[in-house]
Amino acid sequence: MAINLDAKIPSGPIEQKWNKAKFEYKLVNPANKRKYSVIVVGTGLAGGAAAAALGELGYNVKAFCFQDSPRRAHSIAAQGGINAAKNYQNDGDSVYRLFYDTVKGGDFRAREANVYRLAEISVNIIDQCVAQGVPFAREYGGVLANRSFGGAQVSRTFYARGQTGQQLLLGCYQALERQIDEGRVQMYARHEMLDVVVIDGRARGIVTRNLVTGAIDVHLADAVALATGGYGNVFYLSTNAKGSNATAIWRAYKKGAAFANPCFTQIHPTCIPVSGEYQSKLTLMSESLRNDGRIWVPKKQGDTRAAAQIPEDERDYYLERMYPSFGNLSPRDIASRAAKRVCDEGRGVGPGGLGVYLDFSDAIGRLGKKTIEERYGNLFEIYERITGEDPYSVPMRIYPAVHYTMGGLWVDYNLESTIPGLFVLGEANFSDHGANRLGASALMQGLADGYFVAPYTIGNYLAGIKPGGVDESHPECKFAREEAENRVKTLLSIKGKKTVDEFHRALGKIMWDKCGMGRNAAGLDEALPLIQALREEFWQNVTVPGSGGEVNQSLEKATRLADFLELGELMVRDARIREESCGGHFREEYQTQDGEALRDDDKFCHGAVWEYQGSEQAPVRHVEPLSFEHVHLTQRSYK
Amino acid sequence: MKLTLNIWRQKGPNHPGRMVKYEMPNVDEHMSFLEMLDVLNEDLIHKGEEPVTFEHDCREGICGCCGFMINGLPHGPQRGTTVCQLHMRQFHDGEELWIEPFRAKAFPVLKDLMVDRGSFDRIIAAGGYVSVNTGCFVDGNAIPIEKQNAEMAMDAAACIGCGACVASCPNASASLFTAAKIAHLGLLPQGQAERDRRAVRMVAQMMEESFGYCTNTGECEALCPKGVKIENIARMNRDYLKAAITYREESAPAGGS
Ligand SMILES: Cc1cc2nc3c(=O)[nH]c(=O)nc-3n(C[C@H](O)[C@H](O)[C@H](O)COP(=O)(O)OP(=O)(O)OC[C@H]3O[C@@H](n4cnc5c(N)ncnc54)[C@H](O)[C@@H]3O)c2cc1C
Ligand code: FES
Repeated sequence: MAINLDAKIPSGPIEQKWNKAKFEYKLVNPANKRKYSVIVVGTGLAGGAAAAALGELGYNVKAFCFQDSPRRAHSIAAQGGINAAKNYQNDGDSVYRLFYDTVKGGDFRAREANVYRLAEISVNIIDQCVAQGVPFAREYGGVLANRSFGGAQVSRTFYARGQTGQQLLLGCYQALERQIDEGRVQMYARHEMLDVVVIDGRARGIVTRNLVTGAIDVHLADAVALATGGYGNVFYLSTNAKGSNATAIWRAYKKGAAFANPCFTQIHPTCIPVSGEYQSKLTLMSESLRNDGRIWVPKKQGDTRAAAQIPEDERDYYLERMYPSFGNLSPRDIASRAAKRVCDEGRGVGPGGLGVYLDFSDAIGRLGKKTIEERYGNLFEIYERITGEDPYSVPMRIYPAVHYTMGGLWVDYNLESTIPGLFVLGEANFSDHGANRLGASALMQGLADGYFVAPYTIGNYLAGIKPGGVDESHPECKFAREEAENRVKTLLSIKGKKTVDEFHRALGKIMWDKCGMGRNAAGLDEALPLIQALREEFWQNVTVPGSGGEVNQSLEKATRLADFLELGELMVRDARIREESCGGHFREEYQTQDGEALRDDDKFCHGAVWEYQGSEQAPVRHVEPLSFEHVHLTQRSYK
Repeated sequence: MKLTLNIWRQKGPNHPGRMVKYEMPNVDEHMSFLEMLDVLNEDLIHKGEEPVTFEHDCREGICGCCGFMINGLPHGPQRGTTVCQLHMRQFHDGEELWIEPFRAKAFPVLKDLMVDRGSFDRIIAAGGYVSVNTGCFVDGNAIPIEKQNAEMAMDAAACIGCGACVASCPNASASLFTAAKIAHLGLLPQGQAERDRRAVRMVAQMMEESFGYCTNTGECEALCPKGVKIENIARMNRDYLKAAITYREESAPAGGS
């Protein structure tokens, strides 16, 4: 089947496209809405918001998550804040500026029309969240407070202490619980989606495993929305929650949904460095810390003196030196690479030389300890708990870590994938962030997709079809369920010698070494057979204890890893072919003289869209050309 | 360092459970408590035994998935810390630890250290929200909120729903959890319209879930990993008393008949 990559961008001036689309979308009349059912997989900001909003509209919603409660989705961990073009600070912000910053920050690899819509909706999100009772930070006058984030010269980030994701998600979760109470949303917690059911070319349902009883079931609906988050855990160590996985989107890919820009990964510059072999995940220190913290390393290589012993003129505040106008608030990809570079030069600090200082002594001197405590108290506590060091007196040590994935399932302007009726929201789609996401923009995108875009576009889709019409006796349902059951049975029966985590660590190491912060053709060429061999070994030598008919966390990890082992390969293929550097994708062969990413707009000004061809054949790479009519293609400069 | 662990093992909800002893000869002080259990589990799998089931996700102290008792304390000995953030430097060489699931009638054990906390969701569903539909808003700055109230609301809203308050309470009461939501929304202008209804319905649901009564022992506040304060319970009681006198549930739900 030929793949259709029509982005369905409405015609007309960019400022009017979304209004025009909303006007042209077909509507389902209120009395008919309850005849339609929608499955929403994931209850993070994107899925939780969509499920609640669709329930409010009157549709029958079934929502799924793998945790024990929708309130625990990974969105809960977001710390720093959410962007919105409110211009409450009167500092020159506007919808257009947020749009501009996001396109430029994404290194010109996102669709202008989508980004504009995102910036436009951003202002409504704040209003919506305030109405729900989200306790955003306030000024003494009672108005909303803002802070700055990387890649922007205005203060447009709204926050709730260092727990912004938590508070936004609780707002969304509470709206969802209200719909559950009213009977419009049926919640299936502790359910893991293992496959999509596609019937007559349309997404009609999903296969799930009940994580308590082990039961594998089919759920049917008129449309399916995936909001299952990012796939950063392919690297094993990342800032993502341990359960974050790619299974939902990967299974959809294998059923015909195209996957776009899989190699676009964001490495966050400020995370707590790895401390030992047993390390299970990495902890982010919010980017908001860069508002007041200064990043530095010693000028001398191999300088092992304690930070306090290094005099001012022997310190290199390298971000301030290299990027004077953005300084410590340079975008993430740039700050991460700069940290890697100084550590590669032998100037890193802490064990193994894999760290740089994030120093608050100037800010404490200027503002007082109390103000710093008010702004970042909980982050400082987290740091102290993990490292045993007090960041009020010793500078933090930080190092970049995998954080976010800009790639994901390809979607058109309506957030619909190449499988009709399959919508993809939040981090799971190939997002509006191009090749690099700016801080505080993921929460914005998740809520924009969930509250304000999907309820319209899914409604438009439903208005064009008749409700119902299939049941579980359909051969596709039977087939998808049996396939999931067989996969589980096989994993349990291998009874090999290595644990799932051992394989996952091995995959993570290949991905980080060869497809991480810096990539090159030789490394990527090596990675491909390594991943294939590891995958083969996994299917022969993994050991998964326990049975399928009970709580079995090893089995959950195994089904997820099986998919990561395939996805890793696609990421490597994508990184290999994209012979340019852009945003988070840094190909060492393509850099400017001073080490900045060098795009090749003639060859690569497009989204790379991969189509699955079965397990025996390599996938096919299509392209969605991008054009920039408003923000002109230039080399990004933050100098 | 060397540790001896006694861990509650229980195959499923309807199986009997028992304490099993494990020796940990080589614990690094920089490990988190859960990383130490990861190491134990890898070992058990290699020996062909079933690993210990415990819940966790973010491992950053915010999702509220993790939580079990260590030597009788929910989340262990360090104040203001979830067990995923607890590091082994809090223990000393040669210590023996007792690790058990949260115990409460309303939190049935599912397996080993994993319990069912679905009752918390049902309490929120009973009224822990502001009833506004998507799109039904005014400009964010049109509702000024006194900084102090916003801060207090945020203090209450910091609850992560882990269940430590229930596990620490001799009566297994869910008062702190329920009160935190009632206080968060009750402190804000947005939450006023439904304040009575919220108190009545959430408290009723809490009782229905077979949580115990609050007798003000204060253990919940002392052991809450997020420092949620017991003054919220007083606030809940005031709201509930007032509402119990004046509030009447509509006979038919809004929009229905
Ligand atoms: C530590 C950290 C801090 C961050 N801070 C910020 C910040 O300050 N600002 C910002 O804008 N962004 C931040 N981000 C990024 C942002 O939090 C995420 O991109 C965003 O929350 C993703 O939301 P989501 O709704 O797409 O997915 P998620 O919140 O990841 O939710 C995924 C949902 O899908 C479910 N799910 C997944 N797989 C399955 C399956 N197979 N079956 C069933 N259910 C499934 C899960 O149960 C969950 O409910 C941060 C990220 C991290 C890791
Ligand atoms: S694992 Fe999330 S709070 Fe401990």
